Amino acid sequence: MPRKTVFQASVEFLQILDEDAKLDAKLAKDTLTDDEVKFLYEQMIINRQLDEIAFKLQRSGRMGTYPQNKGQEAAALGSGFAAKKGSDYIVPCYRENGSMFLHGLPMHYVLLHWMGDERGNQIPDGVNVTPIAIPIGTQMLHATGMAMAFKIRKEPRVAVTYFGDGATSEGDFHEAMNFAGSFQAPVVFFCQNNQWAISVPRETQTNCETIAQKSVAYGMPGIQCDGNDLFAVFRATREALDRARAGGGPSFIEAVTYRLADHTTADDAKRYRDPEEVEAWASKDPIIRHRKYLEAKGLWDDAKQAETEARAKTIVQEIVRAAEGIEKPSVEEVFDSTFAELPPEIRRQRDTLRTSSIGQEPDQAGLRAHEEARA
Amino acid sequence: MPERNLVQAINHALAHEMERDERVVVLGEDVGFNGGVFRVTEGLQARFGRDRVVDTPLAESGIMGTAIGLAMADMRPVPEIQFEGFLGPAYDQLVNHAARYRTRTRSAITIPLTVRVPVGGGIHAPELHSDSPEAIYAHTPGLKVVMPSTPYDAKGLLLAAIRDPDPVLYFEPKRVYRSFKEEVPDEDYTIPIGQAKVVSEGTDITVITWGAPVFQCLAAMDALPEDVSMELIDLRTIYPIDMDTVIESVRKTGRAVVVHEAPKTCGMGAEISSIIQEHCFLHLEAPVQRVAGFDTVMPYYKLELEYLPEAPRIEKGIMECLAY
Ligand SMILES: Cc1ncc(C[n+]2csc(CCOP(=O)(O)OP(=O)(O)O)c2C)c(N)n1
Ligand SMILES: [Mg+2]
Repeated sequence: MPRKTVFQASVEFLQILDEDAKLDAKLAKDTLTDDEVKFLYEQMIINRQLDEIAFKLQRSGRMGTYPQNKGQEAAALGSGFAAKKGSDYIVPCYRENGSMFLHGLPMHYVLLHWMGDERGNQIPDGVNVTPIAIPIGTQMLHATGMAMAFKIRKEPRVAVTYFGDGATSEGDFHEAMNFAGSFQAPVVFFCQNNQWAISVPRETQTNCETIAQKSVAYGMPGIQCDGNDLFAVFRATREALDRARAGGGPSFIEAVTYRLADHTTADDAKRYRDPEEVEAWASKDPIIRHRKYLEAKGLWDDAKQAETEARAKTIVQEIVRAAEGIEKPSVEEVFDSTFAELPPEIRRQRDTLRTSSIGQEPDQAGLRAHEEARA
Repeated sequence: MPERNLVQAINHALAHEMERDERVVVLGEDVGFNGGVFRVTEGLQARFGRDRVVDTPLAESGIMGTAIGLAMADMRPVPEIQFEGFLGPAYDQLVNHAARYRTRTRSAITIPLTVRVPVGGGIHAPELHSDSPEAIYAHTPGLKVVMPSTPYDAKGLLLAAIRDPDPVLYFEPKRVYRSFKEEVPDEDYTIPIGQAKVVSEGTDITVITWGAPVFQCLAAMDALPEDVSMELIDLRTIYPIDMDTVIESVRKTGRAVVVHEAPKTCGMGAEISSIIQEHCFLHLEAPVQRVAGFDTVMPYYKLELEYLPEAPRIEKGIMECLAY
């Protein structure tokens, strides 16, 4: 009886723009033009500004809990930019604002969501983005289902779904990967490995050396890329999208990045993270790296930086104004969006809201008449 | 005597029981090094080590399923599900396994398990961090469900839950977590599962509630006309329900209002109303009233106080009940 290797696998790591902002020209071929890099860099600054203002809004009691995206802007933007706006579908978690915005989500929607308002999820027609997903690891199945529909209808479309390193521990993640592999669904699994799931480090989530290698078990190509490198993220995503569109099924991308801020405004990462680790990653900040790259190419300077930062401030001010300017929703809205047609009991509760404590027959006991008589 | 808030009382009770019984193991997301997102398990890992206070991968089904296995192997697991909205992935393990093991093995295998879960609204939390799912689990044969509203009760009920031979869901009303302190003795004591508490005695009307609405009901009580004498019952255990305390009170007052955060339809209020009409029919002066959440999805926090039974709505319900 033979004993032999019947299967072997390996995982590639892709980096095109290194930490010192040196570009591998060969790998960068057919990726991003100078103008595109500039555009995406500006988006990074705007997204970072939104993050900072969102943090301040929370601290001053004008907004609830907010998860900062800080440090992960290149991963969100590079991948979002690779997907086809208006055709592909973005199925996010909550740390890829940049990708949602690139696909047309009005920026104030994200603030509305975190301000405790469902209208932040009321995605406008034509914007192919699903709302922020709070229950971890759940949305990848929806992306897979969408991709199955694209395949059934023979549409050249792909669903791109985002999730964290922690999410890869949930059962739903594995079911999504398995379904996608089994049905060869055109879906791109984009894992933002930011090294932490709240206080739990990446090593606790899995005994695997990489997250990318999980793709192997589901029969799909997987790659690990530098998540703070726009070129690598773009290239890895574009390759996955092209493959999916050509009928090659799903792919998995592990973007290696870092959550530079606390998990959310409700968290204090100093309790569990080594400041040296944070320091080391802060120097790999995608904003620093891409600025250096653009400056070295003579495409950027201090004046442009100042001008962009000022523009970012204005844009974000507008976003805040839009989010805060909206009138408080009515309770009736909650009822009205429960079903297409309200069942009688819910209608009764809705209509007796202001007259009865309990949503039952209003004033069965004649209390109001009683009160009126007393008055 | 030491004063403790709800978080501190639960933390203290966990430490107390881990000290007393080395089979007790705490597991969940962020419960170890970080001491839990609400700091309920703060300091336990440093004190009892990483084998007994376990930071798990992010997987609720994994947490619940392995907790069942731990229990089967004679440990006393106390898993935490970070928020009630994330019980979803654990549902199958909890309902189809933990709850049924004893019956389907005719008691050959039992699951002594205490699942801690923060529940309820009122803290401006994001989506799926504010629901009140107690009725779902009270409706699951084989599970016990408790919800303390005070630090003193929290300790006594947690010790009773961990020592119980069957699975107990231990719901923690997060709105109360840090709202006040009271004396919680260091000594060992339990509060029996299935025992309600009369918070305030009265003769005209009985108000039955549990969890955070206890304090809304107290506020409503203060706002009632001077001549109304209200009896307030804190159920403390949702299942098995303390029918005797409820029945005795309603037979005395002849009127009852049930208050809960969960949706009205099929909420515990429905069950309690039914118990009351079965046992107190000839004593009733008015139909049992329910002041509850609406039959809608729990709204995001901008509207949560409209949804939750706040004091003015409770007061109105009480007055309507009294008007008969
Ligand atoms: C099903 C579920 N369980 C637990 C939580 C609570 N929670 C919110 S974020 C988070 C960590 C997520 O980590 P990861 O997937 O790595 O994403 P990251 O926040 O790092 O971007 C946890 C445990 C949740 N939202 N959903
Ligand atoms: Mg993470």
